[in-house]
Amino acid sequence: MHQDILTDDALTFAEKIISVRAGGGEKTHHPGDITVIPADLAMAQDSTGPLAIKVFGEMGVPRVWDPSKIHLVIDHSFPAPDEKVANLHHLMREFVKNYGVRLVEGSISHQHLLENHIVPGMVLFGADSHTCQGGAVGAFATGIGSSEMAAVWASGKLWVKVPDSIKVNLSGQFKKGVFARDVVSHFISTVGEDGGNYRSIEWKGPAVKDLSIASRACISNNSMECGCKLSIFEVDSATQEYFRSVNRKPMYEIHAGPKATYKDEYDIDLGKLGPEVAEPGNVDKVKEVGEVEGTPIDQAFIGSSTNGRYEDLAITAKILKGHKVKTGTRCVITPASRSIFEQAIKNGLVEIFLQSGAVFTNATCGACVGTHLGALGENEVCISSSPRNYIGRMGALTSKIYLSSPATAAASAIEGKIADPRRYL
Amino acid sequence: MTNSNILKGRTWVWPDDVNTDIIIPFRFKARTNDPVEMAKYTMYGFDPEFYKKVKPGDLFVAGRNFGGGSSREQAPVAIKYSNVAAVIAESFARIFYRNCFAIGLPALEVPGVTKQVKQFDEIEVDLQDWSVKTRDGSVHPALKVPEFLRGLMREGGLVEYYKHHHSFPWEALETKVTTR
Repeated sequence: MHQDILTDDALTFAEKIISVRAGGGEKTHHPGDITVIPADLAMAQDSTGPLAIKVFGEMGVPRVWDPSKIHLVIDHSFPAPDEKVANLHHLMREFVKNYGVRLVEGSISHQHLLENHIVPGMVLFGADSHTCQGGAVGAFATGIGSSEMAAVWASGKLWVKVPDSIKVNLSGQFKKGVFARDVVSHFISTVGEDGGNYRSIEWKGPAVKDLSIASRACISNNSMECGCKLSIFEVDSATQEYFRSVNRKPMYEIHAGPKATYKDEYDIDLGKLGPEVAEPGNVDKVKEVGEVEGTPIDQAFIGSSTNGRYEDLAITAKILKGHKVKTGTRCVITPASRSIFEQAIKNGLVEIFLQSGAVFTNATCGACVGTHLGALGENEVCISSSPRNYIGRMGALTSKIYLSSPATAAASAIEGKIADPRRYL
Repeated sequence: MTNSNILKGRTWVWPDDVNTDIIIPFRFKARTNDPVEMAKYTMYGFDPEFYKKVKPGDLFVAGRNFGGGSSREQAPVAIKYSNVAAVIAESFARIFYRNCFAIGLPALEVPGVTKQVKQFDEIEVDLQDWSVKTRDGSVHPALKVPEFLRGLMREGGLVEYYKHHHSFPWEALETKVTTR
């Protein structure tokens, strides 16, 4: 029966993976259906885990369903910037001792799981909205809250509603200075902040093969900003090569059928995109860099689970090399994982960062959520490669956040104002 | 005798796209595990003094995409512990909506509701009928919700449900239930 579902011409990725995993894969499920699927991984981090631990305790559940599949990741405020955070981190470490679940410290959860645990066809529930990053390698990966996470810890499964799907056809080639982040920013501005709510996005088309796994992870991660449930790149030769290189085996390689029904379809020609910048307040207020160029900034932040991967640090180094960060402007560079941190040191990127006057931090969510390592004061302006520019997200309610690719943020750091990265490439 | 299915209250009207960072900023929610403390930062992004102004039994009426962004359950928890009795919106962001049921905060999706309600109107929410009665007496049905979620909400959320049943409400689900 699994095979019938996997080869069904008329099913989307979401319909297939839910049908295969639910109730022994005995029937096909369609948008609007509600069913229960088992978890292969469950992740909570240091701003959602403590509440899940509290709820789990209040439920009075004696043990967790499978400690090897439960990851507690201390990433948002690592290492603890103050006593209150330290106490919540302590609560997590105690839970790890008592229940034998896995502890990760000092890598962003989404990147750590991608580097070490996620495989195609897996079901991952994460108590963090950007969990949908796992769709970059064809996994069912979606965000939930703390109480539902406690329920997953207890039972190893959760209810899901089968989402409608959206297809995005990517064609063409990037022009100089344009990157994966610009594609997803453009898409969010097209569909709006809730354009993906209750939906699964499938990224398709001839340009996908040219996107690295890291670039796909950026797009799947940042797709959350239109509210999606899943953001999927199906397994292709690049995915297979990646999993061979890390020696992990896919559970299922799921491909939507050619006759699958989509709620909406979009075409994006990568060659027509420029560097994109979202204006403060809403993630869908996106303009081409030329329209906001020259806006003075106090800080540039390059990092986060959206854009803190090695390729992001490499383009940042390429731009900063031989330049200085403008006096009076901070440039904070934060890798997404320990392994990226190490690679950046080994390959000499960090030397370039330090020579330019930038600050290179440990891997953490950090400035993105205004918790430490680059929070903003009253009326300060930041250009950031992080996912969100909401009111007060990085600090003071009067501060302002522009969102861009790492390249645009790096060029802006040099000039002390929003700048076009193409001048430096 | 009061009918516990009817919530009468004063409205706070919010715009479209109120995200969870506005409802409770990260730097506060990630520094406590105490819901009463969280409630002090409710709607901080719009008004840091909101917690002093809200009264028990008040109701939220919001535009589209209420609760977008972060998965933080502290957002509905802060609202609930501000003693706000229910949240009504044109539409909800996916994770926020799930979280409301998981913690037992009534969340009703009523398309067009912001056109029917003004700030500080007295309105009624009928949890049995799953509808909203506005000041002029007109009744606006909320979009239907699967019975297992309504039951979860009625019992006060997952903690209370699990304590009573030693199971989760969806475990009894047949493989197919249609929401709308």
